[in-house]
Amino acid sequence: MADQQPPKDVNSKPQHQQDEGRRKFLKSTGLVAGGLVGGSLFGGLLAGGLDKKDDKNDKPAATKGNKDLEATQARQFFTRQQDFKVLMAATEQILPEDELGPGAILLGVPYYIDKQLAGRWGVNAYDYRHTPYAVNLDATDQSAGPGGEQSILDRGMIFMQGLRTMDDESQKRFEVTFDKATEEQQIEIMMDVESNKIKMKGVKASEFFTLLKQGTLEGAYSDPLYGGNIGMEGWKMKEFPGAIPSYANVIESDDFVKMDPVSLRDYQGH
Amino acid sequence: MVKKLDKVDAVIVGSGWVGGIAAAELTKAGYNVIILERGKNKKLEDFVGTKDELRYSKRYDLMQELSKDTITSRNSMSKDALPVRNNMNARLGNHTGGAGVHWNGMAFRWLPYDFEIYSKTVERYGKEKIPAESTMQDWGITYDELEPYYDQYEKTAAISGEENPIGPPRSDKFPNPPMKETPNIRLFTKATKALGYHPYRIPSANASQTYTNPDGETINGCVYCAFCEEYGCDFGAKADPIGTVLATAHKTGKMEIRNDSFVTGVSHDGKKASGLLYTDTTTGEEFEQPADIVVLAGFVFTNTKLLLHSKIGQPYDPKTGQGIIGKNFTGHFNNLSTYIGARGFFEDKKFNNFMGTGGMGSSIDDFSGDNEDHTNMDFLHGYEVHYSQLGSRPIANNAVPEGTPGWGKEFKKESLKYYNRNLFITAQSGFLPNKNTYMDLDPTYKDALGNPLLRVTVEYAKQDIARAKAGVARCEEIMTEMGADKMNVDVVKDDIVFDHKFYTDHFFGGAIMGASPDNSAVNTYSQMWDMENLFVVGGSAFPHNSNYNPTVTIGAFAYRAAEGMIKFLKEGGNVAATAVETNA
Repeated sequence: MADQQPPKDVNSKPQHQQDEGRRKFLKSTGLVAGGLVGGSLFGGLLAGGLDKKDDKNDKPAATKGNKDLEATQARQFFTRQQDFKVLMAATEQILPEDELGPGAILLGVPYYIDKQLAGRWGVNAYDYRHTPYAVNLDATDQSAGPGGEQSILDRGMIFMQGLRTMDDESQKRFEVTFDKATEEQQIEIMMDVESNKIKMKGVKASEFFTLLKQGTLEGAYSDPLYGGNIGMEGWKMKEFPGAIPSYANVIESDDFVKMDPVSLRDYQGH
Repeated sequence: MVKKLDKVDAVIVGSGWVGGIAAAELTKAGYNVIILERGKNKKLEDFVGTKDELRYSKRYDLMQELSKDTITSRNSMSKDALPVRNNMNARLGNHTGGAGVHWNGMAFRWLPYDFEIYSKTVERYGKEKIPAESTMQDWGITYDELEPYYDQYEKTAAISGEENPIGPPRSDKFPNPPMKETPNIRLFTKATKALGYHPYRIPSANASQTYTNPDGETINGCVYCAFCEEYGCDFGAKADPIGTVLATAHKTGKMEIRNDSFVTGVSHDGKKASGLLYTDTTTGEEFEQPADIVVLAGFVFTNTKLLLHSKIGQPYDPKTGQGIIGKNFTGHFNNLSTYIGARGFFEDKKFNNFMGTGGMGSSIDDFSGDNEDHTNMDFLHGYEVHYSQLGSRPIANNAVPEGTPGWGKEFKKESLKYYNRNLFITAQSGFLPNKNTYMDLDPTYKDALGNPLLRVTVEYAKQDIARAKAGVARCEEIMTEMGADKMNVDVVKDDIVFDHKFYTDHFFGGAIMGASPDNSAVNTYSQMWDMENLFVVGGSAFPHNSNYNPTVTIGAFAYRAAEGMIKFLKEGGNVAATAVETNA
C-alpha cells in the first residue's frame, strides 16, 4: 500500500507565498529589474510571454510564481513561439474556460502536448512504421488510422503542419494570425479542419484534428505528473478523484460520494 | 548461426494463462519447462501504484510493441491489407503474464450449445437454417466433458459469482461469492426483472474476498479501485498468471521464463517437432531450444503465424475451402459484437461511476447462444446484455447526448455534467465463422526480424449484422426501463464492414479443434493431429466465438491440454484416441 501521508504538493502553498515566489524569480533573473539589455530575442520573449499579465494565454494561474512548476513550462518540441500560440488558442477552443472551471490553457494542456510530442508518442516510437504508407484511405478503411497512423508523417510533424495550416488559413481569410482571430473565426477554421474542408499534405486534416482533441482531453484529465491537469483542476471539475486506493467502504452507497482528488505523486508517496 | 541449447521436457511459447497453466501442471508432475516470452520481465511489484490512465489506457504500456510485430487487416477479400500500426487498434497482451495481466476479469463459462453448435442447430432447425457461407462445426467435445476443467480453472482463479438461474449445470458452486452490489447494478437488475428476464451477477476474477487457491496461491480481496482493464492489479486482487500458475510453477524449481525471446518457428522434420527457434531481442543471437514436447501458447495471431511460418499443416485457402491453418477466424468486433448498445443520460440521478472493478456487473442470458428460439429469426447464436461498472476513467469517458458538438463550450458543459450521470449497457454477441474470414501470411509487410506479418481478413455475414441489431434493440428496451431521460443508441447499418479494430482481445481460430483431422488442426486436447508432440493451445483452437468473454473457456481447455501433455509424455500417441478407447 502506498504512503497515505506524502509531502505536500507545491501547489498547495498559500497564494501570497506563490506571488512572493514569482517576484523573487523575476528579480533574480533580472527580467524586470531594468538590468536587461534588450536584444530582439529577449524583447520578443518579454512581449510574447513572461511580461503579459492579463492575457489569458499567459501562464496557468496555478503555476504563477511557482518556480519549480514554472521551470517545467518551457517548450521542448515547438521551436517557433507562433506555433505554440496557435496551439494554445486551439486547445482553449476545444476546452474553454467557463463558470465550471479552467480551460485548456489554465490546465497546462499546451505544455502537456509539447512534452508529449517531444517524447516517444511524438515520434510514434512503439508504432509499426514500415512502408508502404497509405495517405488516401478508402471510406471503409478510415478507422485504420484515426489519428494519422497510416500516414508517413509522425505525430510531431502532423501537429506542426496542422497548426501552421490553421494559422495560414486565418491570415488568408481574416488577415490576422489564428491566435489573434476572434472566437468565431477560430471556430470556423477548426470546423473546416475537422471536416477536411481545409487540406493538409500527407495526412487528412481531420486526423490532425483527432490528435488535437485527444491531446487536449489527455492534458486536461491525465495525472498532473505529465504537465497538464494543473492542481488537479481538471479532475475537480469532473468530480473524478484520481488515484484513490480503495472504494471498498463506499462502493455500495446510494448517494454520490464526493472526495478530494489524489495525484500519483501523493499516492506513490515519494 | 543458430546455437542449439540443451534439451528439456517441454518448451512453451508465451507466459499468459495458457502457458502458465501448462507450466504449472507439467512442473507439478515433475517435468522441466522453459517458457519463451518475447515481452519484458514483470512482477506484481511492477503494478503497485500505477493508477495512471494515460500510461496504460492511452499509451498502452502493457501491450505488444507493434514496432516489432503486428498484423495486417482487411475487410474484403478484394483489397490489400493495411498494417495495424498503433495499439489503439490492437490491444494485444505482452510481457510476463500476457493478456492475463491486463484483463477486466469477466469470467463466464460458455454454453453446451457452443460445443455442439452444428449438431444442435441441425437438430432444432434443420440443415437449411445454416447459411451457405457458414463454416461452423462441432468442437468434438461436450460441455459435460469440459465441465471438470471449468471447475478447476475457476478454483485456480478465485472466480467470484452467483448461481445463474438459466445457466448450464455446475458440479460445484463458485469458489467465492459475487462482488459487492452498487446502485447502478441494482437499477439494471430491477429493470431486467421487470421485463421478465433473468439477471445474475457476472462471475469475476476480481476476488470478492481474500482467497487461497488449491495450489496455495493467495489472491487478495478486491478494493474496487477502478483500474483493471489495461492495468496490472495494484493489490494482487485480480487473478492473473503471475500471481497464480506462474508462481506455482516457479515454486517447483523446474520452470525458467526467458524474457525478450522472440520465437520465429517450430523446428521439425514433418512428423515430429524438435524444438523452438528464437531470437534474443537484447543481443540479436539466434537459438534453438529442443524439447520432447513443444507448446504454442501464444495469442491467436502468434500461434497461427508460427504454424504458417514453420510450414506445419495445410494453409487454409478460402477459394477452394481446402486446408485448415488460418481457418475460422472469429472474434468480438468493436462495431458489431460488443461496445455497442444504449447509453442512458440521467437528469436526477448521480452515480459513483468513477468507482468500480473490471468484472463487476450484471448480465442476462435470456438471449445467449440458442436460449431463445431462432426459428423465425434471420440469425443463429445470440447475445448477452450486461451492465458493468468497471470504473469510468476521465480521459476516455466524455459521453454527451446525441446532437451535442464534439468539442467547445457545449461539449465541455455536457461532458462534465453527464460524467457521473450516464450508464452504458452493451450486447455482446456471438460471431459465427464464414469462408472469407481467415488468416494467412501478408504478401507485403514484414516484422522486425524480416518475416511476413500475419494477415487477417474479416467479412461480416448478414446473420452477424442481424444478430448485432437484435442485441442493440434489447439494450434500448432495457435502458428505457431503467428510466434514462435521454439515450444514445448505436446504429448498426446494413452495409457495416469490419473497422480494423482488434481492440477486444477476444479473437479465435487458426488451428481449430475437432473430432477428426478432416476438419480440424488439433484434437480436443489441443494436440496437433499431424505432429503429436506439438500442442497448439488457446483461443486459436476455438472453431467459433460465443457471446461471452473467453478467458475461463481458454483456461479450461488449457487444463485439458496440460492433462494431454502429461499423458503424451508418459504414453505417447494421440491422447484423444486413447481417451476414447479408455471410455469404451
